[in-house]
Amino acid sequence: MKIHEYQGKQLLSGAGVRVPRGVVCKSPDEVAAAFKELGGPLAVVKSQIHAGGRGKGRFKEYPDQPGVVLVRSADEARDNAERMLGNTLVTIQTGEAGKQVHTLFVEEGLDIARELYLGIVVDRESGGPVLMMSSEGGMEIEEVAAKTPEKIFREEFDADYGLMPYQARNLSFKLGLNAAQMKHAGKFLPQICRFFVDNDCSMAEVNPLVVTAQDELIVLDSKVSFDDNALFRHKDLLELRDLSEEDPDEVQAGETGLSYVSLDGNIGCLVNGAGLAMSTMDLIKLHGGEPANFLDVGGGANVHQVTVAFKILLADPNVKAVLVNIFGGIMKCDTIVEALLDSYEKVGFNVPLVVRLEGTNVEKAREMLAASGRDIISATDLTDAAKKVVGTLSA
Amino acid sequence: MSILVNSDTKVICQGITGRAGLFHSQMCREYGTQIVGGVTPGKGGTEVDGFPVFDTVEEAVVKTGANCSMVFVPPPFCGDAIMEAADAGIPLIIGITEGVPVLDMVRVAKMLERTGSRLIGPNCPGIITPGEAKIGIMPGYIHNPGTVGLISRSGTLTYEAVWQLSNVGLGQSTCVGIGGDPIIGTNFIDLLEMFQNDPGTEAILMIGEIGGNAEEQAAAFIKEHVTKPVGSFIAGRTAPKGKRMGHAGAIISGGSGTAAEKIAALEAAGAVVAESPADMGDAVQRAIAKAG
Repeated sequence: MKIHEYQGKQLLSGAGVRVPRGVVCKSPDEVAAAFKELGGPLAVVKSQIHAGGRGKGRFKEYPDQPGVVLVRSADEARDNAERMLGNTLVTIQTGEAGKQVHTLFVEEGLDIARELYLGIVVDRESGGPVLMMSSEGGMEIEEVAAKTPEKIFREEFDADYGLMPYQARNLSFKLGLNAAQMKHAGKFLPQICRFFVDNDCSMAEVNPLVVTAQDELIVLDSKVSFDDNALFRHKDLLELRDLSEEDPDEVQAGETGLSYVSLDGNIGCLVNGAGLAMSTMDLIKLHGGEPANFLDVGGGANVHQVTVAFKILLADPNVKAVLVNIFGGIMKCDTIVEALLDSYEKVGFNVPLVVRLEGTNVEKAREMLAASGRDIISATDLTDAAKKVVGTLSA
Repeated sequence: MSILVNSDTKVICQGITGRAGLFHSQMCREYGTQIVGGVTPGKGGTEVDGFPVFDTVEEAVVKTGANCSMVFVPPPFCGDAIMEAADAGIPLIIGITEGVPVLDMVRVAKMLERTGSRLIGPNCPGIITPGEAKIGIMPGYIHNPGTVGLISRSGTLTYEAVWQLSNVGLGQSTCVGIGGDPIIGTNFIDLLEMFQNDPGTEAILMIGEIGGNAEEQAAAFIKEHVTKPVGSFIAGRTAPKGKRMGHAGAIISGGSGTAAEKIAALEAAGAVVAESPADMGDAVQRAIAKAG
């Protein structure tokens, strides 16, 4: 689960991590008032959307207006806010559609001496959390990793002991922090590592992490996301979820126990199992088609789930054909077909449907399909299924 | 011959009184697996469909001599259940449960290093040695005894692969689903090594997917240490970046973990990689033919 920058900073601040002073605003007047409240000669007005690249992003309605802007007066803050709120910000991460900005976060300006990078993830290889830092603040870490990997320093830490003082010192020396900065880092780094573990984060990124002229370490921009599987023990975090930032189909699928990812193609697919679902997308592409989605109905799909799945697929105007690929294991093929026929009726199909079934009770399931009298194209194996579904589009 | 499990393996099911735990214990028993009992705290001393139920794994081991546990405990308690099995000295633990928090698995992995127990999974279909023992949720009947060892991060895609192998006349020595999570107990390399050393395995089929770099590491291992023919398939060529494809571990992050990288590494290591998921059985046949 992703959250907004301002929410992440409020959580970090609560965990003792130093963040700039800031005010959450919903209107231009609030933004102007926030500027005055912060009391500085300058402030930063930041669009709150889940995607990154906001600083370089521009608004559809105001092509010169950046998503993050430095302002020097309350009036300037208000003017900018008027061009931002309610409008659509397009960044390299939002795609062409962009995202509507409903909230602005106004922060005090900082006296920046240096910009660093900090990121914490759970590392698959070492099997535990790792703190990564780099002197190249503000740059995409992937770019730094590709071009100058020697500028990234890593410390694997124990989830329960946390980051040890010597590890904070190791990083501080490598980053060339002075004695005063190192003292701050000795507090800051273990705190943010503790925050990561305590909240079951899947990622916590601070980019840039600012070293001020006063030798303090402060979070300038942060991205925090959480392990969905651990949210059951963080009910408070669940309240931070912003559904307007998520694809509505993906949300509905998630609520129904389906795993769905929307893509750009025109062949909808419905598959049981994540690996087989991914492979089905690959198969469609291999035979010259373009998958419209990834959709895993799971091991024990029922009529309700299959119906919702079909509804989501058919609601996508790009979908011109649908491929159902089921390998019945514990989930019997005839059960799936029953759900399929039931929802076929409810949903009202208007595009060709190709069905490939294999596994437990497949004979019975095929008979049911044939006897249904529905206009459903049966496929014998994976290749046949792909050819048939791609063929319906060229026909 | 086979790896890890055979007809002598004595299995308990943790979470046996749950719906899925009981159903699959019954299915495994039907297949011929020795399911010697189960564990549900608070229900010790009872019996469910002929399976004795114990309060603790420790007690179950003492009373039944179990040397394997199949774990169906719900995600919030699953890490704890695996640790209990490890602490009771169970050498092989099969974690079926999907949705275990990553940091729970971090703690589990750390403990397993100390106890030496082997964990398969979590979030996996389990393990089967055809004709001898099925410990997991896979449909038993599609498998045939034979000489291909199968390792996979997926569930139904594995069934598809087994089906294809059986259709081209290739039986399986042992099939292992290692699970779709970022942190898992047993990886490709562990199993490649076991299959390489197993006299009953003559060829290997390795099924990977996007995310992480376990396949690249496996490729390096294959190049150095595996002399048996290896067929392979990597799912997710068409997966977009930054989106989780069902499995918690199946995500291309920061441009790494793509299918193209994995396929290139495996091919460079001498494996025959199927271009289409329809050709997994064929890839193994080609790998065998290539080895002469």
